[in-house]
This record gives sequence, C-alpha cells and structure tokens, in this order.
Amino acid sequence: MPLRIPVIEKILSANDRLALENQSRFDTAKVFALNMMASPGAGKTSLIEQTIHGLKGHLRIGMINGDIATSFDADRAQAAGAVAVQINTGGDCHLDAVMIQSALSQLDLSALDLVIIENVGNLVCPAGFRLGTHKSVLVASIPEGDDKPYKYPGMYRGVSAVVINKIDLLPYVPFRMDFFKKGIEVLNPGVIQFELSCRTGEGLSVWTAWLEGQVKEFAKNLRK
Amino acid sequence: MHELAVTESILEIALRHAQAQNARRITDLYLVLGQWSSTVDDSVQFYWDIISNGTIAKGATLHFRRVPVLLTCLDCGKEYQPSSEEFACPNCGGTRVKVKTGEEFQLEAIDVEE
Repeated sequence: MPLRIPVIEKILSANDRLALENQSRFDTAKVFALNMMASPGAGKTSLIEQTIHGLKGHLRIGMINGDIATSFDADRAQAAGAVAVQINTGGDCHLDAVMIQSALSQLDLSALDLVIIENVGNLVCPAGFRLGTHKSVLVASIPEGDDKPYKYPGMYRGVSAVVINKIDLLPYVPFRMDFFKKGIEVLNPGVIQFELSCRTGEGLSVWTAWLEGQVKEFAKNLRK
Repeated sequence: MHELAVTESILEIALRHAQAQNARRITDLYLVLGQWSSTVDDSVQFYWDIISNGTIAKGATLHFRRVPVLLTCLDCGKEYQPSSEEFACPNCGGTRVKVKTGEEFQLEAIDVEE
C-alpha cells in the first residue's frame, strides 16, 4: 500500500540554512555583505570599481566574484584597491551559499568592513539562492530595455536597492523610465533606486553615500 | 540552468523523509511551483531522470502543481492576475500590492511504499 508522507519543505531550504551560517560569520566579523546581481553587461564590475574608488579611505572593501570562467572581474577589483576572491562556477549560472562558504575561507574578514559579492550575470537563477548577505542590489542598465521588471519579476522582488546604470545613454536609446519604474514599484514597493552612469560619474556619489550609510548603520546596530 | 541544483535539493529532501519512514521506494513526488519561482518543469524532469537513478526514488513520477500569480491591491482590495505588460491594479491603477500567491517553491508530499 502506498503511503502519503506530507513534507511541506522549501526546496532550497538546505541552501537557506547554509546562507544563515554565512551571515553569522559576517556578523561575527562585523562585516557588511552585499549581493550584487544583474544581467551580463549591465555594469556590475564597473560599479564595483567606482564604488571602491569612491569609498577609498572610508571603508575597507573585499570582493567575491562569481563567473563561469576567467578572473577578469576580480583582477579589475584588485587593481582598484580591493581584496578580491574569484569563484569560477564552471558552468553554474548562479552563486550559492556553499560557494560563498568556501570563498570566505580565502578572505581575512577581520581586515574588512564591506564585502561585495558580484553574482553571475543572469536575471533568473541568482534570485532563488540566498548567500547570507545582509542586503542585495540589482544593477539594471538603460540599453537592456525598460521591460526587464516585467520579464524577470523574481529578480526585482527581493532586492533592497535598484541601480539604473548607463543613464548617459538615455538620449540614444528608447527607454520609458516611467514604465520601468512602475513595474519595479509593484514588485518591490518603495525600494530605493539610484540613477547613475559609471562612465560619466553622474549620480555615483549618491550611491556610495547610501552604501556607506548602510555599512555604518549595520556596525552601529551590531554594537547595541 | 539552476534546475540541476533545484532537482538535487528535491531528491535530498524526498530521500530524507522517505528514510525517516523506512520506506522501500518513493513512487510519487508532489511539487508546488509558483509562476514567479522561475523553474522549468521539463528541465527538472530531465535532471530527475538522471540523478534519481540508483536511489529508492528511481522512476518516481513528478507531479507539478503550478500556482498562478495573484496580487491583492492594498488600495482598493481587488485581487487580480497581472498581465505580462501591466502589473498595476486594473480596478484603481494602484501599485501598492501584496503578492498573494505565485512565489511558492515547495515539495508538498511524497508517496512511498513501505
């Protein structure tokens, strides 16, 4: 006789548990961790480079980079002045909590205030896999088109901030900012948004000031 | 592509629950996937046939229950399914909404032989 066993378990619960362990490692070391997600070419690495430059002397920054192959991005972050660890996922389309756990053993967290994790360029898979970061940010860009929130709702749902990069291209590309923002508003009401250009530098200081504020607030709350 | 990781997780959860009951074989798995959970049934099935091989779940049937997205407008209370090009409330145009269903991503139950 077949027997029905009720399970009711989230499919990625094992990853979620490990993500919590990662987060407590960050907490213990008093390091704020940020998960940065985007499609390929949106400008994640450029934004990280600019963020490192903008916060030089303010925060000690480490970077974990996930890519299917190569270490180009980690090299760029290192050149900009951050401590960088490269994870080559070897085909996996996202980072998961296990990969972060092993990357953490290569980072001296006691010498850092902020770790930025650059996820694999992809608007689908990274949304489902928690890493143990305190906040996550989605980097969108003007040439990708204004329909992305409608096509990839899962990605826009859980993030704490949306960066809209490459605004210097607005005069050349059909992009309905109000349509784009209306989609975001429904998926993630009140989420903070930054419009900037990593190329011209416009709007960058607002972003870095926000991020520095997040790190400081995190450190303050830990001390309580 | 993340369906491999997802399928491995499904197998791990099913085997753990089956072993706790000393089951001999798993015959059926009941999955609940919300429309916004971004998982492709066919890919899960493809990986399942490969990775369940050699386990007590070999040959088990996967049942997918797809849950459509249902939003509740916080301004006027209307419940609606958003279209692919318009997420705002069709009744009042409001954009303050709560996702009622559509984000589920669970293994609900398994059938086993003892």
